[in-house]
Amino acid sequence: MTVIEARNLRRAFGATVAVDGVDLRVEQGHILGLIGPNGAGKTTVLNAILGLTQYQGELRVLGRDPWAERDQLMLEVAFVADVAVLPRWMRVSQALDYVAGVHPQFDRGKAEGFLAKTTIQRTSKVRELSKGMVAQLHLALLMAIDAKLLVLDEPTLGLDILYRKQFYDSLLNDYFDRSRTILVTTHQVEEIQDVLTDLMFINHGRIVLRCSMEEFESRYLELMVLPEHLAAARALKPIHERQVLGRSILLFDRVGRQQLAALGDVRTPSIADLFVAMMGNPGGAAQGAAQ
Amino acid sequence: MTTPPNAVAGSVDSQRIAPAALSATRTLYWSIRRELWENRSIYIAPLAVAAVALLGFLIGLMGVSHSKHAQGSPDAAHQQGMIATSYAHAAWVLILTGFIVGVFYSLDALYGERRDRSILFWKSLPVSDRTTVIAKASIPLVVLPAVVFGVTVILHLLMVVLNTGVRLVSGRSVATMWNQLPLFQMELVLLYGLTVMALWHAPLYAWLLLVSGWARRATFLWAVVPLLAISIFERIAFRTSHFASLLQDRLYGFAMEAFSFRTPEGTPIDPHFIPLAQLTPGKFLSTPGLWIGLVVAAAFLAAAVRLRRYREPI
Repeated sequence: MTVIEARNLRRAFGATVAVDGVDLRVEQGHILGLIGPNGAGKTTVLNAILGLTQYQGELRVLGRDPWAERDQLMLEVAFVADVAVLPRWMRVSQALDYVAGVHPQFDRGKAEGFLAKTTIQRTSKVRELSKGMVAQLHLALLMAIDAKLLVLDEPTLGLDILYRKQFYDSLLNDYFDRSRTILVTTHQVEEIQDVLTDLMFINHGRIVLRCSMEEFESRYLELMVLPEHLAAARALKPIHERQVLGRSILLFDRVGRQQLAALGDVRTPSIADLFVAMMGNPGGAAQGAAQ
Repeated sequence: MTTPPNAVAGSVDSQRIAPAALSATRTLYWSIRRELWENRSIYIAPLAVAAVALLGFLIGLMGVSHSKHAQGSPDAAHQQGMIATSYAHAAWVLILTGFIVGVFYSLDALYGERRDRSILFWKSLPVSDRTTVIAKASIPLVVLPAVVFGVTVILHLLMVVLNTGVRLVSGRSVATMWNQLPLFQMELVLLYGLTVMALWHAPLYAWLLLVSGWARRATFLWAVVPLLAISIFERIAFRTSHFASLLQDRLYGFAMEAFSFRTPEGTPIDPHFIPLAQLTPGKFLSTPGLWIGLVVAAAFLAAAVRLRRYREPI
C-alpha cells in the first residue's frame, strides 16, 4: 500500500521557493529519513503531508488530500512537530483524558503503560516537567495511537543523548511493526542510521538523493587511502575528499569494494559523511542528483 | 504486505463510520472541556466576584441590624429598598464580570495557541478547525452566560439565607422581606437578559475571535483601534457618527429592544425589578439588528475557521 504519494509538490513563500517539485512515494512499512540542511524545505514537505500548509501539485496521504481533510487524516496519522508543543498548562491526566476523548484510535491503557516506565506524575503540569519528560509524555501519547503513519519532525531536538537513545529504542521496540510507516527528519543523522529503511536527502527544495539503506550500503564506500595510492584513488573519481589527521578520506559512489581495498582501508560511510559530501560541495550534489 | 484480509478491514471501517455523529459531539464536548481547563477564570472570576458581593452584602446587613432602633421610622423602608436593590446590583456586577471575562477570553482564544505553539499539538489530533472555533465561540456565548446565571442564583439564595438569619436575630419580620423580594421572577428575568445579551453580543465576540486568530501580536489593539479609526475618520470626513452609534447600539442596544421600561400606562419602572410583563421578546426577535448581528457573527466565525487552517505558530 502506498502511504504517501506526491507528484511535483511545490510551495513558495513569496519569492522564496521552499519546495520545488518534489516527487515522493512512500510505501507501507518503511522508515524514511528526510535529511537536509536548515531551510532545505524538509519541514514544509512534512507540513504539506500533515495538512498544515498549502501546496501546489498532487499529494495524497493514505488516499486523502491533507489540506482539505486534515481532521479526518489525523485519525490515521500521528505526528510530533517539535517536543515543545504540548500545552504547558495541561496536566498529564488531562492530556490522557483529552486524547482519549477526541481520538477513537487511542489506547489509554497503553499510554498509561508507557508512562508507568517513567517518573512522570499523573498530577504534574507539563510546565513542571523537564524537557526530556515532556518528550516521553508526548511519545507515550503518540505510541498509544493506532496510527498508520507517524511523522516526526526533529523529535529529539534539545534532548540529551540518553533520552534520544531511549526515544528511538522505544519507537522501534514498542511501536514499529511492518504495518506502520514512519517519516522522520532530524539533524542528529548518526542516531537514526540504524533505524531507517530508506533515506532521502533534500536541498533547496529538491530531492537530491533517494535510496534504500541496503542500496546506500552497497553503493557508497569510504576509503582511507594510503598516501602512496592517493593519485590512483583520485583517478577513480571520488565524490568527496577530506583530510583527517593528515590522511585523506575519499568517498566513492558505485566503485567496487575490491578495487578500493587495494588502495587502503574501506568502510561504509555514515549518513552524515555522505550528507557532508553531497551538501558541502555543489559539484557532488549535482552528481548525486544526476543518478 | 502483512495487512489483514479485506473482510476484516471492511468491518473495521463500518465500525468507524457508524458513530460519526456521536464522535462529532464528543470532540466538541472535549474541546469545550479543555477550554475550561486552560481558562479557569471562566468560573473562578464570577465565583470570586460573588464572594466579594456576598461579603459586602453581609457588612451592609450588619449596618442595618445595628441601626434597628430606627425600625418603624421612614428610613427603615428606604433601607429595605436598598437591601433589595443589592440583589439586582449583585446580578449586574456578575453580568459585567462575565462580559469582561468573555472579551479577554475571546481575544486570547485563537492567539494563545499560536503563541505557545500548542496549535501544532491540537492540530495533530482529529479535531476539525470548525469544531475548535465553535467550541471557543461557545465559551462567551453559552458557557459564560450559564456560569453567570448559576453563580448569581446561588449568590441570591445565600443572600436570602443571610438576610433571613439577620432578620430573625434582630427580631424583625421575615415575611415583609420575602414579600418584597420576587426572587423567582428576578431569576427568570436574569435568564432572559443573559440570553438576549449573548445573542446581541455574538458579533462582538466573533469579531474578537477573528482578530485573535489573525493578529500576530497586540490582539487588543487590533480589535479596538480599527473601530476607533473608522469612527474618527467618519467624524472628520463626513461630520457624522453613524459608525460610533452603531457600536454603541451593539454594546447596550439590546436593552431597549428586549425590555420595556415603561408600563402600558406610561409610568417608568424601577430597572432593579423588571416584572415579567415588561419583557418584550417579540420586539427583540423582530429587531433587524439582532438578525444582522447574527449573520455578521456567523461570517466572522466562518472566517476564523478558515484562518485557523492557514495559521501557523507565531
